[in-house]
Amino acid sequence: MKQFRNWILGAATAAITAGGSFSAQAVEIEYWQYFFEARITAMDQLIENFEAANPDITVKMTHFPYADYRTKVAAAIPAGQGPDVVQLFYGWLNDYVDANLIQPLPADQFPIDKIEAEFFPMVRAMKRGDNYMALPTAVRSLALFYNKRLFEKAGIDGPPATLEELVESAKKLAQKDGAGNLTTVGITTGMTAQDHHWFREGLIRQFGGEPYTNNYQTVNYNTDAGLAALKFYTDLEDIHEVTKVGFMDEPQAAFKAGRAGMHIDGSFRIGALDKVRGLKWGVAELPAAADGTKSNYSSYWVNAITTKATGEKYEAAVKFMAYITSDEAMQIWLDTVGELPAKPSAALTEANASNETFGPFIKGLEYAHTTIFANESGQRQIMVDMISRTDLEDQSLEDSLAAAAEAEQKLLDEYYQ
Amino acid sequence: MAFYKNLTISQKQIVWAWCFLAVPTVFYVTIRFYPTANAILVSFQDWNLLGTRTWTGIDNYVKLFNDPVFWKVFQNTFLYLIIGTPVSLVIAFVVAYHIDKVRFMHGTIRALYFVPFMTSAVAMAWVWRWFYQPVPIGVFNNFLASLGIAQIEFLNSTTNALPAILAPAVWAGLGFQIIIFMAGLRAIPQTYYEAARIDGVSPMATLWEITLPLLKPTIVFLVVFSSIGFLRIFDQVFNMTTNNPGGPLNSTKPLVLMIYDTAFNGFDMGYAAAQTVVLFLVLLVVSLLQLRILRDR
Repeated sequence: MKQFRNWILGAATAAITAGGSFSAQAVEIEYWQYFFEARITAMDQLIENFEAANPDITVKMTHFPYADYRTKVAAAIPAGQGPDVVQLFYGWLNDYVDANLIQPLPADQFPIDKIEAEFFPMVRAMKRGDNYMALPTAVRSLALFYNKRLFEKAGIDGPPATLEELVESAKKLAQKDGAGNLTTVGITTGMTAQDHHWFREGLIRQFGGEPYTNNYQTVNYNTDAGLAALKFYTDLEDIHEVTKVGFMDEPQAAFKAGRAGMHIDGSFRIGALDKVRGLKWGVAELPAAADGTKSNYSSYWVNAITTKATGEKYEAAVKFMAYITSDEAMQIWLDTVGELPAKPSAALTEANASNETFGPFIKGLEYAHTTIFANESGQRQIMVDMISRTDLEDQSLEDSLAAAAEAEQKLLDEYYQ
Repeated sequence: MAFYKNLTISQKQIVWAWCFLAVPTVFYVTIRFYPTANAILVSFQDWNLLGTRTWTGIDNYVKLFNDPVFWKVFQNTFLYLIIGTPVSLVIAFVVAYHIDKVRFMHGTIRALYFVPFMTSAVAMAWVWRWFYQPVPIGVFNNFLASLGIAQIEFLNSTTNALPAILAPAVWAGLGFQIIIFMAGLRAIPQTYYEAARIDGVSPMATLWEITLPLLKPTIVFLVVFSSIGFLRIFDQVFNMTTNNPGGPLNSTKPLVLMIYDTAFNGFDMGYAAAQTVVLFLVLLVVSLLQLRILRDR
């Protein structure tokens, strides 16, 4: 028994000594993001560069599958277990600020006027009072992917510049079998993918409307503009017969398989399409309205310092934040992940803006809007159901639009109370 | 130590018994009962997983009662049960009854029925999802189109989607039910059949008067077991409708999927917990009713 007690005592002393000597060596901060291979590769490189410049700091990255990410972060930080610097979707910021899980970026190192001068304007949604709460490394926007082979075969010179041309091109691209079933669609549709963003921030604005007012707390698309936008969207299937919702299960699958002439998607799709053999594709800006109005949707993931980081860990976290929001980090992120730099200074370089693939996305950022979602999947579901009601239950466009607006307003009211 | 030494042998036995019993007891209390109690508590609160919990009384239940989606989902859940359980049991019994009489390749045929039960529900759901697609990728619709018959909308339909999703779920469960039925059939003593044959009883009467009554314990077990399975259906629905979970227009959404959606997409933990409590009560009532109705008198 006595022997055992001595052993325990010895082990405890050893552990304390080891722990003490370790903490004197370097500050270790923890960084969390969700798992997406290119993002991990990019972050590994950023961490390597950062550690080379700051030998007294080590950064440990932890990642989870996307499906678990939000739950794990939410469970870990309140328990004091989580990261010092964390990656969040911009739409989650309110919840994290309200729950006191993240702390403001220090104004002396992240001054408001400097951020507002340097970053794209949509980043302003991250400001609370006199401080920014979080900043992105990269942003995303939408563009029109088109299949060059199908365009050539249909005798179309290039991607459509306007919505009218989009319909004309789609008509030429669509193919049907003898029984009249679509075998190739002119353009993919389906609110389940990125189309609900195209509809909200693209089409509604291009038809002269404004989808929300009151800082995205009031639904404002149950209007003539909203109806015109919805009619344009559903006419693609119902009148022009150039597409079918759910064709080949998922829009991106149809485009990958070469069964879709055009496809609207985000910059994050580039990596996946690059790997498809035999697919020759190009990217163009989203088509403009008849009067030339352009509009786009942008979203982004931000990095923030959690309330867990204090003392020297906080100092280290601030330094890390400064590095991952630098021009250098943004260029690395663009080259590795394909997501666009969050600052015009990094995005609109000669090489990037004229890049065949990234160029149209980067140009889209200049006129992009960022929806502030209360519950993105819930709000997307409302758009999906709006189309389903007209499609499966023969509800009129007016009624379906009104029902969608009412349902979304109810969801927003419940969230903001 | 001295305390233990002074105990009698039987008291020491009790101490040791409790030492071993403590392991499962502690396990169940921390893994099962504590979360269950906590879920019931959360159902009376408002909580988004991040912030503090606030007490809201029965607000979540009132909201649930007034939510049309909940009633739709409730109806769907019972449709899965009411269609799924009898259909799967009848098919399983018919198959088991006949396999039991087959000598030729008996083992192989039985294995073929059992394979779907061992297959991952996720993989199977995705394969069936692609089967159901319209032209040009869906197997069923390609077949119909090649015969010149109009396509059937399987999943993109408010009426066809639920049976279409139920079909693979029934198919996957068949193997297990067939094995249990066959074990039940084998357990019936041959003497009853011999007596019936000597008396010249028709095969139909043998089935109704001997086989089915003696299979009752097996049937009770399978009814309860598969009812709980269909009331908790999730994998098939979630994987066959990932882009529009429980859709189109909530026509396939079961209660479990609604709970998942409320909790992990909406982050409305209190409301999700209230739904969970309702599901728990439904499962409890259905199981008790079935045990009572099918109990031996």
